[in-house]
Amino acid sequence: MLNVENLDVWFGFPPDRVDAVKQVSFTVAQGESFGLVGESGSGKSTILRAIAGLIDSWSGRVDVAGQAVHGSHRDRAFYKTVQMVFQDPYASLHPRHSVDAVLHEALKLQGMDNIDRRINQLLDDVGLGRGFRFRYPHQLSGGQRQRVAIARALAGNPRLLLLDEPTSALDVSVQAEILNLLTDLRREHGLTYVMVSHDLAVVGHMCDRLAVMQHGQIVEVMEVDALRRGAGQQDYTRHLIRASAGYERA
Amino acid sequence: MSDTSSKPQSRRDWLLTDAPLTRHQARLGAFYQGWLTFRANKLAMLGLIILILLIGMAIFAPWLAPQSPFAQNLAGRLQPPSPEHWLGTDALGRDIMSRLIYGSRITLFIVGTVALIAPVIGLFIGTVAGFAGGWVDQVLMRITDIFLAFPKLILALAFVAALGPGIGNAVLALALTGWPPYARLARAETLTIRNADFIAAARLQGAGRMRLLIRHIWPLCISSLIVRVALDMAGIILSAAGLGFLGLGAQPPMPEWGAMISDGRIYILDFWWVAAMPGLAIFIVSLAFNLLGDGLRDVLDPKGAKQ
Repeated sequence: MLNVENLDVWFGFPPDRVDAVKQVSFTVAQGESFGLVGESGSGKSTILRAIAGLIDSWSGRVDVAGQAVHGSHRDRAFYKTVQMVFQDPYASLHPRHSVDAVLHEALKLQGMDNIDRRINQLLDDVGLGRGFRFRYPHQLSGGQRQRVAIARALAGNPRLLLLDEPTSALDVSVQAEILNLLTDLRREHGLTYVMVSHDLAVVGHMCDRLAVMQHGQIVEVMEVDALRRGAGQQDYTRHLIRASAGYERA
Repeated sequence: MSDTSSKPQSRRDWLLTDAPLTRHQARLGAFYQGWLTFRANKLAMLGLIILILLIGMAIFAPWLAPQSPFAQNLAGRLQPPSPEHWLGTDALGRDIMSRLIYGSRITLFIVGTVALIAPVIGLFIGTVAGFAGGWVDQVLMRITDIFLAFPKLILALAFVAALGPGIGNAVLALALTGWPPYARLARAETLTIRNADFIAAARLQGAGRMRLLIRHIWPLCISSLIVRVALDMAGIILSAAGLGFLGLGAQPPMPEWGAMISDGRIYILDFWWVAAMPGLAIFIVSLAFNLLGDGLRDVLDPKGAKQ
């Protein structure tokens, strides 16, 4: 479904050039849920943005559903296949657009018919009642906003969802709701996930496989079972798992 | 408190509901919310009332004015305010109140036209520059800088001198010299939102650049522009009056307020009302626009909004 080979991403020009991602390769199979973990600044979100075409300073090879993509240009088929959910639900909804306007635009751009019926369907899918349809973002809580953002991502019936820390801006009880929603949606729609998180517990709950990143490079790709056993092959992985466990006990 | 239970849902509740049932209701509700915020600002309400009165005055000028603004009476020139001529008469014996009332039409024409042209040019240039970036931004902003480097009134003077004096050309000159601050403002707003996640999300839905600009960026720039325009209205009136005063705006015998002050200038020490009355009118209307702008900022400025 997604194949990334030797991906380099950089920002700026020499001598101020910063290499955010270095020689990253991984493959995500159809229907799989793949996690990218690492501390802040390790380049995990940058990888998603490069795949989505929001950054054009990258090199390497990225294939999405068998199609290679280039630069920051993406065609209509790409937008129909791949969608993204952003980290901060307070920044990812237009403050002047109602839920209805957001979904209406997404459906229209994706070339859908029966827009009125589909909006209600999407709202039902993400567990928001129809009473939310004509609200503005400032009338919604963080969790509700994130549900709207997920509904928007689902508008074009995508097959691959890029999840950029979708729960890190939410408080714990709402986090669990959103994670369960994402799990349910994946089962119902047969979605493939690439999920970025710094929270090992979230990745352990959501993903089948994960890549551990440090300083823009992948340290290790492991099965989620190995993560649960705490059995990393690299020092950094074990360190990360220990740190996360210590944090949870505290 | 006592009779709230009589009706299941008042119109107010319908407007302020958290869960509107139709697009129409949501829009009206948002509008009503803004109106409530605006209404809480007493001074802004005062400004609004003054402006409504001004508009009424302009519409009903023929019925309100006691005399024709052009009717001369050389026998009764430079009369002080009296029951017959409430605001006195000018050097040609024309009733100043009638001239002020008819002059409100000209003032509204100037303000309305400039307020329609300048911010639109500014919005377009500013958002395109901010959104496109790169050399487009460089070129557009340097042009803006060139316009900003001239004193506005001097540049307007040059335009009027080139186009010929007259109220239409004065308006055009003011509009063409007035847009750079709006362009700056719109560009600054655009820069803060162009990398926002909601723009990225719309782009990922396949939204083109024009759609992003018009549907996503403009709505967020317009509110701060409206506030700025309302606050600038006073300046526009004064600039138009300034051009009129210099003899490059409205031509005699048009009852333009600035030109009326100019006419009264030579009598200012002995017959103060000839210049003071139009001056007072300009002052009141400018003040009203400033108060209105202040109230609009409370309603529209997203940074000041208390959600």
